[in-house]
Amino acid sequence: MNRATFPHRLLPYLLVAPQLAISLVFFYWPAAQALRQSTQREDPFGLATQFVGLANFRAVLSDPAWLNALRVTVVFSAWTAFLSMAIALLLATQAEKLIRGKDVYRTLLIWPYAVATAIAGMLWLFLFNPSFGTLAWPLRQIGIRWDPLLNGTQAMGLVIAAAAWKQISYNFLFFVAGLQAIPKSLLEAAAIDGAGGARRFWTITFPLLAPTTFFLLVVNTVYALFDTFGIIHAVTGGGPGRATETLVYKVYNDGFVNLQLGSSAAQSVILMAIVIALTAIQFRYIERRVHYG
Amino acid sequence: MATVALRDVRKSYGTNAVIHGVSIEIADGEFIVIVGPSGCGKSTLLRMVAGLEPITSGTIEIGGRVVNDLEPRARDIAMVFQNYALYPHMSVFDNMAYGLRIGGIRGAELRARVEQTAAMLELTPYLDRKPRQLSGGQRQRVAMGRALVRGPAAFLLDEPLSNLDAKLRVGMRLRIKDLQRSVGTTALYVTHDQVEAMTLADRLIVMNGGVAEQIDTPMRIYLEPATTFVAGFIGSPAMNILPAQGTEQGVLLGAVPLALGRPAPGRDVLLGIRPEDLTVAPEGEGLPLTIRAVELLGADAYAHGEIAGGGEMVVRVPGKKALSPGARVGVLPAPGLAHFFDPATGRRLP
Repeated sequence: MNRATFPHRLLPYLLVAPQLAISLVFFYWPAAQALRQSTQREDPFGLATQFVGLANFRAVLSDPAWLNALRVTVVFSAWTAFLSMAIALLLATQAEKLIRGKDVYRTLLIWPYAVATAIAGMLWLFLFNPSFGTLAWPLRQIGIRWDPLLNGTQAMGLVIAAAAWKQISYNFLFFVAGLQAIPKSLLEAAAIDGAGGARRFWTITFPLLAPTTFFLLVVNTVYALFDTFGIIHAVTGGGPGRATETLVYKVYNDGFVNLQLGSSAAQSVILMAIVIALTAIQFRYIERRVHYG
Repeated sequence: MATVALRDVRKSYGTNAVIHGVSIEIADGEFIVIVGPSGCGKSTLLRMVAGLEPITSGTIEIGGRVVNDLEPRARDIAMVFQNYALYPHMSVFDNMAYGLRIGGIRGAELRARVEQTAAMLELTPYLDRKPRQLSGGQRQRVAMGRALVRGPAAFLLDEPLSNLDAKLRVGMRLRIKDLQRSVGTTALYVTHDQVEAMTLADRLIVMNGGVAEQIDTPMRIYLEPATTFVAGFIGSPAMNILPAQGTEQGVLLGAVPLALGRPAPGRDVLLGIRPEDLTVAPEGEGLPLTIRAVELLGADAYAHGEIAGGGEMVVRVPGKKALSPGARVGVLPAPGLAHFFDPATGRRLP
C-alpha cells in the first residue's frame, strides 16, 4: 500500500473536509434524525412527542401492509435489475457486431438516460394509458385486457418496464466498455477450439464480463430500491391497492402524506439496514467469485 | 495430419488488394514458414487459412477438402496466437481441455490427454494455475499445449515467439521444431524473424507487399534468391547489392573489372554479393574499399565501407582480425557466389 505524505499536518483534513461536510449535512444528520424520530410518537398537531422505545419497529414489522411492500420491493427490484441488465447486455453484444453506424447506434441508445425519472414515468403512463395510450390499443387488439389502473400485475409490469427502460442506457454503456476490453483473439481462439457463437458467449465473454456485471448489479439494485420513486409516483402512485407500493414509496406515503412520522422514520431505518446488509453481502460473497483481469 | 493447398488465394478490402494471389501445395507433415516484413500480409494469409478472415478469391484446401466457406471450428486446425490468447478465467488444465470438451471428450480420456500433453511440455506442476500466475515462457507452452492436445490436421502459428526474451526464444524454437517433427503435423508458421524462418522451415514463403516473392527451401532461398527483396531480406547482414555492367570478362563495378559470372556484355545489372562471400586482401588487390565503421560481434566483425566510385559495402571478417575505421583495403569476391538481378524488375538473372 502506498502511503501518501503531505507537507502539512492539517492539509489532509482540509482536503477531505468538503466531502465530510456534505456527508454530515446530507447523510449523517438526517440519518441521526430518523433514528431519533423512529423511537418517538408524535401527536397529530405536532405539539407533543413521547419516547416509545422500539414500539414503532414492532408495529412496522408486524404490519401486513409493510410486509406487502417488502414483497413488492423484492419483485420489483429483482425484475428491474434483471431486465435492464439482460436487455442492455443483449444490445451491447449486438452493437459490437456492427461495422457501420456503431457510434450512431451507441449514441442513440444513451439518450434515455438523460430523461428525468418522473418524465420517463409520464411517457410510459401516456403510452400505456388504458383509455388513450398509443400502445394500449395494440395490446387490447392482441387480446390482452389491458387495465393497469385496476390490474395489479399489469401495473407492476408497467412500472418495471419503465424503470428498466430508463436504466438500460447506463448498463449498455458499461457493457460496451466491458466487451471492448475483452481481447478479440480470445474469441478467435475459442472459435478455432470449436466453440459456436452461443458457447463462446457463455464460456468466454460472460465470465470475463463478470466484474462489469457485478458492479452493475450493485448499482441497479440500489437504483431499483431508491431512484425509481419518481416512476412509481408518476405512473401508479403505489396502486392499485398497494400493488406497486415499494418500501421507499411507503416511507414517503406514511411520513409525508399520512404524517405518521414515527412509523415512517422506523421504516427508513429498516430500509437503511437492508441496503447496508445487501451491499455487504454482494461484496462479500459475489465479488469473491468475480474474476478481475 | 493433412495436406494443405492454397490456390491463387487473394484478399482485398474494397479496392485495396492486400494479398495478390498466393499458391502453394503443402505436403503432409511439412513445416512451412511465412516470413516477411510487417504489413506484408503474412498474418492475414494465416488468418485466411484459419478461417478468421474471409478470402476474396481462390481456394484453400485442408486434407483435400475445400474449406473456403467453412467456419474455423469446422476446419480441424489449431492456432497459436502472438499474445497466446489464453482464457484468463480458466486454469491451465481447463484452457487445454476447452477444445476437447467441445469435441465431446469427457472423464478419464480428457484427463489422460491433457496430462500427457502437459507432461510433454513440462506443464504438469502448473495445471491448476491461472494464466496470470505463469511466466511468459510457461504461458507460451500452454498456448502450444492447447494446440497440440487436440491433434488437429494442421497447426497455425502466428509469431508465437515474438513476446519472449531472446534466450527463451532460441530454446522454444528448437522445441517447436522437435514437437512438430515428433507429432508429424503439418504446420504453418508466421514470423518476421529470418533466423526463426531459416532454422524452422522445411520450406519458406518469403512475402513482400502481399506477394509471395519466393517459395523454396531455406538453403535454396539463401543460395538463389529470386528477387532483390528476397536477397536483401534473407541473410544477415543483408546482401550487398550494387549496380554494375556486364563485360566480355565479367562485370564492371564502378571502374573495377571483376571476373564474376557473365551477364550479357554491356548490360546494366544489379550485382549481389553476401558479406560472408567477400574476403579482405591488402590494398591494391581486388575492389578498393575504405572502411567507415566496424561492428565487432566476437567471432565475427562486420566492416562497413565505401567502394571506389561510390556505393556502400559490408564485409564479414574474423573478429580477431577486425579492421579499424579509416583503413583502406581490397576485397575479393568469392568466384561463383555472385548474384545478378535485372535492375528494372528486381528478378534474378540466370
